[in-house]
Amino acid sequence: MSERRPIGVHAVLVASSLAMVAPFAWQVITSLKTLSGATAVPPSPLPEWRWDNYAKVFELLPFGDQFLNTVLMAAGRVAGQVLFCSMAAYAFARLRFPGKNVLFGVFLSVLMVPPQLFVIPQYQIMSSLGWLNSLQAIIVPGLFSAFGVFLLRQFFLGLPREIEEAARLDGAGPVRVYWSIMLPLARPGLVALSVLVLLWAWNDLFWPLVVNTDPDKMTLSAGLAALQGQYQTDYPVLMAGSLIASLPVIAVFVFLQRQFIQGIAHTGSKG
Amino acid sequence: MTTTAERRPALAGRTAKRRRPRTEALWGYAFIAPTGLGLTIFYLWPVLQTAYFSFTEWGAFGGHTWTGLDNYARLLGDPEVGQAMLNTLMYTVLGLAGIPLAIVFAALLNRPGLRGVSVYRTAFFLPVVTMPVAVAMLWRWLYNGDYGLVNQMLATVGVDGPNWIADPATAMYALVVVGIWSSVGYNLIIFLAGMQAIPKELYEAAAMDGAGRVRQFFRITLPMLSPTAFFISIVSVIGSLQLFDLVFVMTGSGQSARANPAYSRLQTVVQLFYERAFVTDDRGYAAAIVIALLVLIAALTIAQFRLQRRWVHYV
Repeated sequence: MSERRPIGVHAVLVASSLAMVAPFAWQVITSLKTLSGATAVPPSPLPEWRWDNYAKVFELLPFGDQFLNTVLMAAGRVAGQVLFCSMAAYAFARLRFPGKNVLFGVFLSVLMVPPQLFVIPQYQIMSSLGWLNSLQAIIVPGLFSAFGVFLLRQFFLGLPREIEEAARLDGAGPVRVYWSIMLPLARPGLVALSVLVLLWAWNDLFWPLVVNTDPDKMTLSAGLAALQGQYQTDYPVLMAGSLIASLPVIAVFVFLQRQFIQGIAHTGSKG
Repeated sequence: MTTTAERRPALAGRTAKRRRPRTEALWGYAFIAPTGLGLTIFYLWPVLQTAYFSFTEWGAFGGHTWTGLDNYARLLGDPEVGQAMLNTLMYTVLGLAGIPLAIVFAALLNRPGLRGVSVYRTAFFLPVVTMPVAVAMLWRWLYNGDYGLVNQMLATVGVDGPNWIADPATAMYALVVVGIWSSVGYNLIIFLAGMQAIPKELYEAAAMDGAGRVRQFFRITLPMLSPTAFFISIVSVIGSLQLFDLVFVMTGSGQSARANPAYSRLQTVVQLFYERAFVTDDRGYAAAIVIALLVLIAALTIAQFRLQRRWVHYV
């Protein structure tokens, strides 16, 4: 009973939360209307349960293929970064070798360059390898990340050294220590990196848009942008498409909320 | 740290213990090799190539010839580039309004013993995890001049709303609202983490001195949070200057986009880069545009670091 209930605070927070969520609610309602229902004046707050709008998305676009492309792209980037970034991060955090600080600085310099500067040469590499419109094109450059190395190095630096030193005294080499000791201990860091990479890969537009222009090789982001270009005014179908495309990551977020938030907060505190 | 053994490779072979630094160094290089190679091929070398391309002109069949500073001269006299820079700067500056907003929401959520924090936090965070393409499509619909929810709601209070993103007078502001709406949750999470790191004793001492909540917010929370706000402002400015997804989907591209009377008021630098590089295949000029963007980003970041003395408090 020490404090009165902060009704004013709740009022502000409820109102602003509604402003955040209401557009999504309207998206769901619109996606279940007929076109004439969606454009009625004044609008009805009730859906008409037109589930066929969702089926229509799959007719207009190779949505199944695009869904699979997006899943594979995200999975590939996550797996690659978790492995490669953790290896480099372990070396930078724990191993001694000449030129370490200079090399780490070179890695970090990548973070300071706006990504648009990479795009034209990356496109040329893909083109000369014959990789345009392929799964490799949307995965391979995303296997490597200076950010991931930086994030995981911070994690490794925060781990206690004792277990590792004991293992070393028992004769374990760097590979054993990395694989059987550091990786399991760094699990929260690996999960945080994974959810961030998943989020960024799933929502990525520019690169997939540029390299994969065949509809059945596109990712959901690029596919949706194309759908929008062709069916500008069929709002119920557009809303249905944008909902199914964004729902998987929203679902992952709801399940792994704590890890998401830790990952995000980490980018802030250690930036 | 450098050890003696590391400096004397000649002696390293003698015993197992002395040999370790050398094999350790080899393992070190081996561990960083995959990322090192990947970053060199796909990131570091491309930066140099892009810089080189900015001095070239591209022909129809993909060949390019050295043209010196021609692209940059063209850049300076190109009204489309000037307008895109102006639009991008305007979006960036107006978008900074999202920072105080996030601080206020974080402060409200940080109130000790407040119930329902995780529900509110989830609501604020939903737009952050939603695909930007989907966000842009959703808001295009909400902003629709004839049937959009925004104007339908305005109509109930007797206001005849404009065609938000197709009206040159409102398009940029409408875009900024979407930008803030979709990023406030991200900033809020970081501010909340920053607030939770402020020592409780400061508030206790202030309360003993009779300072109320509002006074505590201005005298303790804000100054203690200024390094976090500085970080957010650096990151937001860099991010805003690279805006692409939202505008690309809200305006579309190509001929149909140019039918939008507000198109020239919305087109961003990166959008122009995309068109020059991958629609008209004028890659040398596109490279110059993106180098100009790099300069703009660097200039604004350096300016912010210079200005931080005026308002950022480090403990």
